[in-house]
Amino acid sequence: MTSQNGAGRNGFDEDAASELVVSGQARQPGRQHDAFGAGGTGDTSGFGRLVAPVPVLESSQRPFGDADADAVYDALERAFPQLGEAVERVVHDRGELTLYVRREALTSLAQTLRDHPDLRFELLSSVSGVDYPDDLTGRRLHSVAHLTSMTYRRRLRVEVSVGDDDPTLPSLTSVWPTADWHEREAYDLFGIIYAGHPGLTRIMMPDDWIGHPQRKDYPLGGIPVDYKGATVPPPDERRSYS
Amino acid sequence: MTPNSGTATSQPYEAGYAESADGRVYTVTGGDWEDILGHGEQDAERIVVNMGPQHPSTHGVLRLVLEIEGETVTEVRLVIGYLHTGIEKSCEYRTWTQAVTFLTRADYLSPLYNEAAYCLSVERLLGITEQIPERATVIRVLVMELQRIASHLVWLATGGMELGATTAMIFGFREREKVLDLLELITGLRMNHAFIRPGGLAQDLPDGTERAIREFLADMPKRIREYHKLLTGQPIWKARMVDVNVLDAAGCIALGTTGPVLRAAGLPWDLRKTMPYCGYETYEFDVPTRLEGDSFARYLVRMDEMGESLKIIEQCLDRLRPGPVMVADKKIAWPAQLSIGSDGMGNSLEYIRNIMGTSMEALIHHFKLVTEGFRVPAGQVYTQIESPRGELGYHVVSDGGTRPFRVHVRDPSFVNLQAVPALCEGGQVADTIVGVASVDPVLGGVDR
Repeated sequence: MTSQNGAGRNGFDEDAASELVVSGQARQPGRQHDAFGAGGTGDTSGFGRLVAPVPVLESSQRPFGDADADAVYDALERAFPQLGEAVERVVHDRGELTLYVRREALTSLAQTLRDHPDLRFELLSSVSGVDYPDDLTGRRLHSVAHLTSMTYRRRLRVEVSVGDDDPTLPSLTSVWPTADWHEREAYDLFGIIYAGHPGLTRIMMPDDWIGHPQRKDYPLGGIPVDYKGATVPPPDERRSYS
Repeated sequence: MTPNSGTATSQPYEAGYAESADGRVYTVTGGDWEDILGHGEQDAERIVVNMGPQHPSTHGVLRLVLEIEGETVTEVRLVIGYLHTGIEKSCEYRTWTQAVTFLTRADYLSPLYNEAAYCLSVERLLGITEQIPERATVIRVLVMELQRIASHLVWLATGGMELGATTAMIFGFREREKVLDLLELITGLRMNHAFIRPGGLAQDLPDGTERAIREFLADMPKRIREYHKLLTGQPIWKARMVDVNVLDAAGCIALGTTGPVLRAAGLPWDLRKTMPYCGYETYEFDVPTRLEGDSFARYLVRMDEMGESLKIIEQCLDRLRPGPVMVADKKIAWPAQLSIGSDGMGNSLEYIRNIMGTSMEALIHHFKLVTEGFRVPAGQVYTQIESPRGELGYHVVSDGGTRPFRVHVRDPSFVNLQAVPALCEGGQVADTIVGVASVDPVLGGVDR
């Protein structure tokens, strides 16, 4: 924990951090903060507890140290022989297992996850889009599916990333019909195109809306407000700290 | 835009205009179903009926497009989005604590569930789940179960009204008002409380809370018996609901439907039991289920759930021990110590004296937390809890900053609404009203 052994404050090793990625989002090496954003100096309270191990672009090491996650991954290896090609990386973080899946393999993997007796992810809880404009792989749009196995009471996250220029990935509606509205929402708000969806139309915004409002480069909007002679700028133009 | 020229424009529904002394006058004509459908003799009976988006019999601004043949509904399409306010996007421009105030407004009949699910997510991202004080967790369970009763009572009231049972409406709203009084006593607000915060609660229970809740607990079982007397055996109520809008468990799971609808189809899937959070595994309660899968079964499940919630509330009261309601970590805990001052609610004088006169550290913490907030280590979590309508999930992503990078609400109403066509197609128009009511959608949560 000292700078004598080459590691920075709070055990942060700047040499090993040349390629730091948080769920695909680039972070500048060496910009590690504590709760109040203090870096190498400034915070004299000795508070280092909020410094997190930043997930890297590599997979988590197995075993994950979590019986459920290991069981899911073991079963998946048995049930889906092409797993190595289908999955780019596997991250186990905060007790949750995430599979980063190539879009070509998504449908067959999803079918296996739902039907295999050792997996049985019967319920697709949610599909949500996330926009990482600084994604190191260049595929900024992520479609994140959360699966629930009611039989084994486990959860699994399946994440697929696509680029702005070709935002297409296969729809999950053929495996889980409930994906219908979830995918319409992700299409509407992020512009992710789900091939094979029965009716991929806007669901939140009006049909003739232009743009995808929840992308990071889509402005929040808002107007400045006058208050007793001062002007309060709209939320997205106020000072931000992070 | 073309001058009025009869019907011979290239776009059939383009607004035409004519010049007049008062300026240009536009003529907007609607589409004619005859032109759109172009149907022949065989489906001359087919009519497309629009219901909503402001129909009094729909829960909020929901629009249904029904295709009917005679009295039979052949196709139902739901149109949502009329209440979309961009809550998820707005959260990305606020601190982690401020986001609670937005998210509580998503599903406005169960705001405390929104707050709890979001705060549990943030706490997991921070890695402080274990440090949340016992008292805060017990109070969270207490207010959530109070709200479950309130939410089911609104369902009873509005659902009853939609079937013409106006007494059910009066009864439901009457008792719901009592729950709201309790929540007002505890949180200061009837709805949209922003009471549960990352790290704990905004403030502790005020004096007299326990007595007020115990009075409510003593009164409520009588009221539930009253509802049963009024409705459960009533022939009209049963005729409208029994064997109507049936959906079996397999259909529910395929369509993602959870909550009372799934439990009424026979599957005892309740996240409080199956994937416990907030210490629910230590409370004694049952998960009511029915096998029929029809609207009447959903009614009975909700009625029974109110009774189970009363049991949990009682256990919460017995467990309440004095203690803090906010995490001890001063870099996360919201610093304000609220009290009633001469000019309304504000920081207590004692607290102001402390930060201004005694503790420089406390002043710094107050200033930093209120202006920029705390940072949350990068990563993502998905937390699901059992709201009155089913699985309420929060997918929260942090990039390591003072603001949420992304918050996605998996709202049970949004998902359950997808089942409405499966419930209503093939039934009568009047059963469609029952079908939508039996799912209990709240459009604030659907559209967010």
